[in-house]
Amino acid sequence: MKFDTPATTNPIDQLKVVGQPHHRIEGPLKVTGQAHYAYENNLPNQTYGYVVGAAIAKGRINSMDLDEARKAPGVIDIVTAENAGDLGKGDMNTAKLLGGPEIQHYHQAIALVIAESFEQARAAANLVRVDYAEEKGSFDLEVAKSEATKPESGEPDSDVGDFEAGFDSAAVKFDQTYHTPDQSHSMMEPHASVATWEGDKLKIWHSNQMINWGTNDLAKTLKIERDKIQLMSPFVGGGFGGKLFLRTDALLAALGSRAVNRPVKVALQRPLIPNNTTHRPATIQRIRIGAGEDGKITAIGHEGWSGDLEDGQPETAVQQTRFLYAGADRMTRTRLAVLNLPEGNAMRAPGEAPGLMALEIAMDEMAEQLKLDPVEFRVMNDTQVVPDTPEQQTSDDDSQAKRDEGGSKALPFSQRQLVECLHQGAERFGWNKRNAKPGLVRDGRWLVGFGVAAAFRNNLVMDSGARAILGADGLVTIETDMTDIGTGSYTIIAQTAAEMMGVPLEMVSVRLADSTYPVSSGSGGQFGANSSTAGVYAACVKLREAVAQKLGFNASDAKFADQQVSSGNRSLALKDAAKDGEIVVEDKIEFGDLGKEKQQSTFGAHFVEVGVDRFTGETRIRRMLAICAAGRILNPITARSQVIGAMTMGVGGALMEELAVDKRHGFFVNHDLAGYEVPVHADIPHQEVIFLDETDPNSSPMKAKGVGELGLCGVGAAVANALYNATGVRVREYPITLDKFLPGILPA
Amino acid sequence: MKSFTFERAETPAKAAAAAANNENAKFIAGGTNLLDLMKLEIEVPTHLIDVNKLKLDRIEETDDGGLRIGALVRNTDLASHQTVRRDFGVLSRALLAGASGQLRNKATTAGNLLQRTRCPYFYDTNMACNKRQPGSGCSAIGGFTRQLGVVGVSDACIATNPSDMNVALRALDATVETVKPDGETRSIAIADFHRLPGDTPQVETALEHGELITAVTLPAPVGGKHIYRKVRDRASYAFALVSVAGVIQPDGTGRIAVGGVAHKPWRMEEAEAELPQGAQAVANRLFADARPTDDNEFKILLTERTIAAVLDEARA
Ligand SMILES: Cc1cc2nc3c(=O)[nH]c(=O)nc-3n(C[C@H](O)[C@H](O)[C@H](O)COP(=O)(O)OP(=O)(O)OC[C@H]3O[C@@H](n4cnc5c(N)ncnc54)[C@H](O)[C@@H]3O)c2cc1C
Ligand code: SF4
Repeated sequence: MKFDTPATTNPIDQLKVVGQPHHRIEGPLKVTGQAHYAYENNLPNQTYGYVVGAAIAKGRINSMDLDEARKAPGVIDIVTAENAGDLGKGDMNTAKLLGGPEIQHYHQAIALVIAESFEQARAAANLVRVDYAEEKGSFDLEVAKSEATKPESGEPDSDVGDFEAGFDSAAVKFDQTYHTPDQSHSMMEPHASVATWEGDKLKIWHSNQMINWGTNDLAKTLKIERDKIQLMSPFVGGGFGGKLFLRTDALLAALGSRAVNRPVKVALQRPLIPNNTTHRPATIQRIRIGAGEDGKITAIGHEGWSGDLEDGQPETAVQQTRFLYAGADRMTRTRLAVLNLPEGNAMRAPGEAPGLMALEIAMDEMAEQLKLDPVEFRVMNDTQVVPDTPEQQTSDDDSQAKRDEGGSKALPFSQRQLVECLHQGAERFGWNKRNAKPGLVRDGRWLVGFGVAAAFRNNLVMDSGARAILGADGLVTIETDMTDIGTGSYTIIAQTAAEMMGVPLEMVSVRLADSTYPVSSGSGGQFGANSSTAGVYAACVKLREAVAQKLGFNASDAKFADQQVSSGNRSLALKDAAKDGEIVVEDKIEFGDLGKEKQQSTFGAHFVEVGVDRFTGETRIRRMLAICAAGRILNPITARSQVIGAMTMGVGGALMEELAVDKRHGFFVNHDLAGYEVPVHADIPHQEVIFLDETDPNSSPMKAKGVGELGLCGVGAAVANALYNATGVRVREYPITLDKFLPGILPA
Repeated sequence: MKSFTFERAETPAKAAAAAANNENAKFIAGGTNLLDLMKLEIEVPTHLIDVNKLKLDRIEETDDGGLRIGALVRNTDLASHQTVRRDFGVLSRALLAGASGQLRNKATTAGNLLQRTRCPYFYDTNMACNKRQPGSGCSAIGGFTRQLGVVGVSDACIATNPSDMNVALRALDATVETVKPDGETRSIAIADFHRLPGDTPQVETALEHGELITAVTLPAPVGGKHIYRKVRDRASYAFALVSVAGVIQPDGTGRIAVGGVAHKPWRMEEAEAELPQGAQAVANRLFADARPTDDNEFKILLTERTIAAVLDEARA
């Protein structure tokens, strides 16, 4: 099904099942231990693999002595780059998943020890002796920044008008630099895989967010045909971007199983994960804002620097600045330095999350400089069109000419309720009780502050396929390689099918995350819910047509309700259509160019109250409120759950999450969950989430948009701004730990 | 984890004697620290002596009005004991500020006393560490040291003792009772029990090989307000950046022991003498010989502020 004109009224609009607060349909399986996560698949005759990580960040392996390890009790074999055969590299991987002799980063996998038990494999792994030739590397972004270059892909530069001139002549100017640290996904379930070969066919359970990418890249790395692989990931204990791509555990389990001719289980040990896998790269961001005395922004510039391995990618922290606020003269720059730290890649709202951590502090600072309320300052600079529409860019003469023609080429937003989010939030939060002068509100030993930030994330769509099956018993089964990484995919897909086919939720069975099923959007970039359910919608439209035809109805006027199909006064049971055999159809949603006619984005506002201990500087969140405008909410329970999880991540980013870089040895030092702190329950006392009424006919037949990552975007800055309001000390380097502002607060 | 043999000791004397026969033997109590370290092969005992059945799990009043706490009393039981809560509140509060409910149910008094440092380089076996491998060097010095020690440090090691309980025991002037493999018993004042790193950071306490802790005793209660303030980057389930155990009397005098700053709980009588002058005066004394790094210098001001918070709470 092509989706290239805005959706009109369709069966989803009935909202009998879709949009209703259903609990997770797979919940009972999870709480009774019957939902088997990758590592929990036990196969007869299985063996255990343990990964050895490189002890240096950059250099070569001179030699590896495996003798002692091979002789250790229970050891069956050891896989290394030397004996693994000829391997390719996945399209989505920057560094190799099995290193050697060249080492590209600390804890890059260099061997898999396979033994009869996990304990034996682990003990033997400690007997692997490696002689390295270590080379000097570049590990400090601050130093490497001066040699950063313009990335070849993406849109590293954007210019509208003349930023430098506009900024220079602005009545009020603001210019500051912000730092965000490297961060680790820290999902609860570690990366884990179980692999087994049947002849030349590989069967693998691999905890992964994107089945199709994972399968393709595994085939490419192993240099075998894609259809020789069945990759499954029916339950995933969190991913946050860390499982978007094929990882070491899958490759090594496959290689190990091939070597020992038995099933192999591999879970990355927790202390290996932060350096072995991907992480969110640190950024340095400079933001300049010029405004008139009236508070209208006239010039806005955002430059971002990050680092990655050779051939890696930048963190596009400047992204949202092209969309969020008005202003005639604009500029963004993205620059990338080569660092020999582990591979940087997508994590929890890449781009916007760190970008808004900087931009939304800058907006708070500028509001103060202009003596404006930060909510009103944002409202004043709202825009209903994309202020940095590609056509407006002045990067070449042609587009300049178009601009000069005065044609209004500006791209409108399909929906933009930022102002509504800010106003409703301010009202509900009691924003008018905020004291604009920082450091004055006390509650016993606590300094109390309020903070606000805008939330923004673009809505991405991805083509997505599904198979729909009607059984003789009237059961509707959906098969798609979509994943449920804790987000609620099972439930919203079932709701979609139930609504379309006119059956109760219990009559839908959902099978996910198997590479033999139709290719879906997968889970990432907050595109999963809208795209995958739209794919299911497409398959169900086809199933309705097949059913109507079978029962002798005209598909266009047949009604599907209460497990009946009816038209006029004729009505038949849905299941009758399958009485001669089940009906199986397949389709996919293919998104056209609607996104180019209207910009699809999601908006929100975050409000936070913090208390800061006036003696010690300990910061405690007191309450949080998120207002989100993100299209149709398919299920308020699972959507809320996404947003409160995201808000929690925002608190982590604001107050504690940081991979500490050892700039001598080139690795993340605090590489376990004791050293890398994420919020615990005691850090998150009260969260409220409100979704504004919105349907977006441009996004898909579901009229929904992404919401998960929106819940994180801006939270860090809202916390930072609240902290400033409480203490009067402005910190521009995340995480805002007490050491960064303690000297600035007085206990008395 | 290396293979090891295992035995369950029946009496304290037998446990100590069993350890004497094997240089690589270790006692195991709750196992919440030792097992983690064994999995990483930071500890590699070849023989484990289980001390859980030694009946050292009682809390009794002593003749002089103090308490005798068995070595195997669980942290949860100790923290919730009525007398402890009434007369030695700082100990109960310190225990409850540590780890999690599940861990405290398992963790023992002796095990907590002997828990090892949380220096991240100690945990990464690719990195040189004098404590893990004497003479190999200290990777932490010059590296990431935010959590590490600021006072009493040496050129060989700047690690801290991570225990909360130990800080309270130091403020309460506890004594550690032991039995040696030859049957000799002795009492070690808590001040002398933990050592500074010096040139031998691998030697962390005054215990000899095979010496078993049988109990910790507390002298008679000294009254005052018992306060434990633990400061960290998140609200719970993290080791202290800095912690302060305070026993403050109505006249403003009292005792202050500090955690998170040194290889042992940090307490100085000269500093306590400054209490009437306020937190800054106390901190100045405590840290007169401090040698912080750029990363952890903040701990000095943070300790001063935390002491101020304790004094404020005591006045309230
Ligand atoms: C996730 C986590 C978080 C934690 N957070 C905190 C925290 O915030 N604050 C805090 O203070 N602690 C914390 N801890 C540490 C915890 O308090 C210790 O692990 C615990 O107290 C150790 O007691 P145990 O009985 O389990 O010791 P074990 O692990 O059994 O033993 C520890 C050591 O003591 C020796 N030993 C045990 N009994 C005797 C004896 N009778 N005589 C001589 N030697 C003996 C053992 O040989 C071993 O060397 C945390 C631990 C974990 C795992
Ligand atoms: S500070 Fe001590 S424990 Fe840490 S690396 Fe140095 S020697 Fe080892």
